[in-house]
Amino acid sequence: MSRLRQGWSHVWSLDHKTIGVQFLISSLVMLLLGGLLAMAVRWQLAWPWTEMPIVGRALFGDHGRVMSPEGYTALFTMHGTVMIFFVVIPLLTGAFGNYLIPLMIGARDMAFPRLNAFSFWIMVPGIACALAGFALEGGAAAAGWTAYPPLSTVLGAAPGSGAGQTLWLWALFFSGLSSLSGAINYVVTIVTMRAPGMSLMRMPLTVWGLFVAAALQCMALPVLTAATVLQYSDRALGTGFYSDAGTPLLWQHLFWFYSHPAVYVMVVPAMGMVSDILSVHSRKPVFGYKPMVWAMVAITGLGVLVWGHHMFVSGMSPIAGTGFMLSTILIALPSAVKTFNWLGTVWGGRLRLNAALLYALGFVSMFVIGGLSGIWMAATPVDVYMHDTYVVVAHFHYIVFGGTLFGVFAALHHWFPKITGKRLDERLGKIHFVGTFVLTNAVFLPMHQAGFAGMVRRIADPYAYKAFEPLRELNVYITIAALCLFAWQIFFVINLIKSLWGGAPAGSNPWEAASLEWEASSPPPHDNFDRDVVVVRGPYEYGDAAGEKDWLPQAQPLERSTP
Amino acid sequence: MTRVWASGLFVALLVAVVWSFVAAYDTELWLPQQASSFAGEVDALFNSILLALTVAFVAVMAILILAVWRGAARTERARTSHGDVRLELLWTLVPAAVLVWIAVAQGPTWRAMKGDAALLDRPALARVEAAQFDWRFRYPGADGVYDTADDLLCVHELVVPAGEPVVLAMRTRDVIHSFFVPDFRLKQDILPGRDTKLWFQAPASGLHELVCAELCGWGHYKMAGVVRVVAREDYAAHLAELALRLTHNGTEERP
Repeated sequence: MSRLRQGWSHVWSLDHKTIGVQFLISSLVMLLLGGLLAMAVRWQLAWPWTEMPIVGRALFGDHGRVMSPEGYTALFTMHGTVMIFFVVIPLLTGAFGNYLIPLMIGARDMAFPRLNAFSFWIMVPGIACALAGFALEGGAAAAGWTAYPPLSTVLGAAPGSGAGQTLWLWALFFSGLSSLSGAINYVVTIVTMRAPGMSLMRMPLTVWGLFVAAALQCMALPVLTAATVLQYSDRALGTGFYSDAGTPLLWQHLFWFYSHPAVYVMVVPAMGMVSDILSVHSRKPVFGYKPMVWAMVAITGLGVLVWGHHMFVSGMSPIAGTGFMLSTILIALPSAVKTFNWLGTVWGGRLRLNAALLYALGFVSMFVIGGLSGIWMAATPVDVYMHDTYVVVAHFHYIVFGGTLFGVFAALHHWFPKITGKRLDERLGKIHFVGTFVLTNAVFLPMHQAGFAGMVRRIADPYAYKAFEPLRELNVYITIAALCLFAWQIFFVINLIKSLWGGAPAGSNPWEAASLEWEASSPPPHDNFDRDVVVVRGPYEYGDAAGEKDWLPQAQPLERSTP
Repeated sequence: MTRVWASGLFVALLVAVVWSFVAAYDTELWLPQQASSFAGEVDALFNSILLALTVAFVAVMAILILAVWRGAARTERARTSHGDVRLELLWTLVPAAVLVWIAVAQGPTWRAMKGDAALLDRPALARVEAAQFDWRFRYPGADGVYDTADDLLCVHELVVPAGEPVVLAMRTRDVIHSFFVPDFRLKQDILPGRDTKLWFQAPASGLHELVCAELCGWGHYKMAGVVRVVAREDYAAHLAELALRLTHNGTEERP
């Protein structure tokens, strides 16, 4: 009975570590669901209007297990919604932000523990609303994750634009509250609760990444949350913010004003984590710490000025297009600076090629592909052609899957010992890495070529167009690779379960890493540290000048009173 | 061992990426035929950016592979280095120069595609009236005025004359659609409640697929159309035929 009560109190915990783990678990479950939706999308693109095995019964049981055209529009809408709002953002900011920020700055918890718990629990009705759409008569929202009016606001415009869209708006509203309350908490915690000696310029880049992402959310997220309220008002109260009295373009501006910065929220924390992981496992300081920090700040500053590049063909003024072209081209620069500094970090290092480092290197190589292909889209005349084609799909999946998710896998391998006190299995980790790396590229690389040929997104049957008929073979190949990629994740699941039950004990600092979280025991106790930590140096003291062991901890060592 | 396959994987990525572009070049997995006056310029811009991207990608991957290959074999400690101002300047200024070049180079093409006021103020050759889920076209007819009795209406196929600038006025009857002709490198969203104008010039006759590029509902995938470019005299004949088809009452002998 008392154990039950203990477990129950754990569920409602205000401890940042427990809340972080709650975000981690919910995001990983949603990742599985979002992945399944992607598989159904891929099935349709390779073999349109054929019976879908396994998930076909659940999704299209009343339709002979065959995709319906409106079902397809709901699928990719919900795939995007789930992955962005309930997987990637909560995974980075919710899970790692919560877990790592207090530990890495030497705080005992977040500034507002109750607000922190609120930020998790308010996401739960959001998830419920998003999923409930599938059970509705008209189906889930089907206007794309971008939900452009009037498709999304006129009830008869799409099958999902009835109650499904209303639920979708509620889901975004709750997710917005969740992210915003988290972001406020992170900013306040980082500004006010750093341990003595932890100046801003001694913070690990992980904390910097989470810090600027949170600041970006504080600036831009209220705009989207307000925009969803306006859309709800257009639908429920008959106002005309996005129709005759106003304009559909208003929604596009408001939506992208947050949703482009959201792309940086989805990658900058991963950049920070990868920087730390590269440094620890190359046994070398991060190269160019200050340029790395300023690059992140620049990305954040410019990040709120580039939203219009989603609207080059929207009918926005061509002069505004030129302005957004310039800001978008400019934002490529800090990304380039970061890439070169990552190379500088591993160059000349003494690499431990473990799973964590391999994922981090995978992040760098694929982030580069996604980053470079973005330059086409910044050049307006080329973007006119690329816009809404599979080049864009390839581009952002290289950033979010090849980049962010690989960063997350790296981070999980790196910090799993801290979170659980056990190490993940290296061999399984490497097997998972190799397959995931090969298959990720097998899936997303050929999407560039499909896009070059003009194949547009969001079409249930590409072969309705003669021009896309030659792409059938390519799409079949991509789908097979995607199914394999999905199946390959079983190695990750096995690794998680196996290591949780029987993993090798990690000790407090298995990687000989310098930053503060490794001062705490694994897993850390309720108040994180068993002493008051005082920071005496930067987070990256590795290499030949760093003492006898090739590394120096950030915290002042414990004074020994007894010999 | 890990060193060999890990380096091998990154080499494989480098090779696969380069190969996928080389193998696809100029096949049906590449940009389609150039059928508008600005298509060549767009493709030239695409190609020069591709060249810059390739150089950057190959350089980054080469350094990464070398760092992994050497770093995994290294036994002595790494040198503690926190950075190098000269290197930072180098890898900030060189990409900056390339980016500035791209920003400048795309200007003339962007202006050409968007057309100037004098061009777009010309009377529209036809009006595109997009609707869920088909393309409808309206020619103003003999009086040159839209929404009069002699308007010529047709669906699915838009016929335009070759070798002269064509201005289209576009409207939608319901949601947002997007007028996309891949062969023209032309795409323009059509917003409810306003006339959106665009222009193009197709040098030669030919048949080009028209794609709806903005999600417009369950039938979005099948909102296909055709743009047929014909010689000036064939265009006139087509309009006459269209007029005849629309006015013929079916009883009298057709002339």
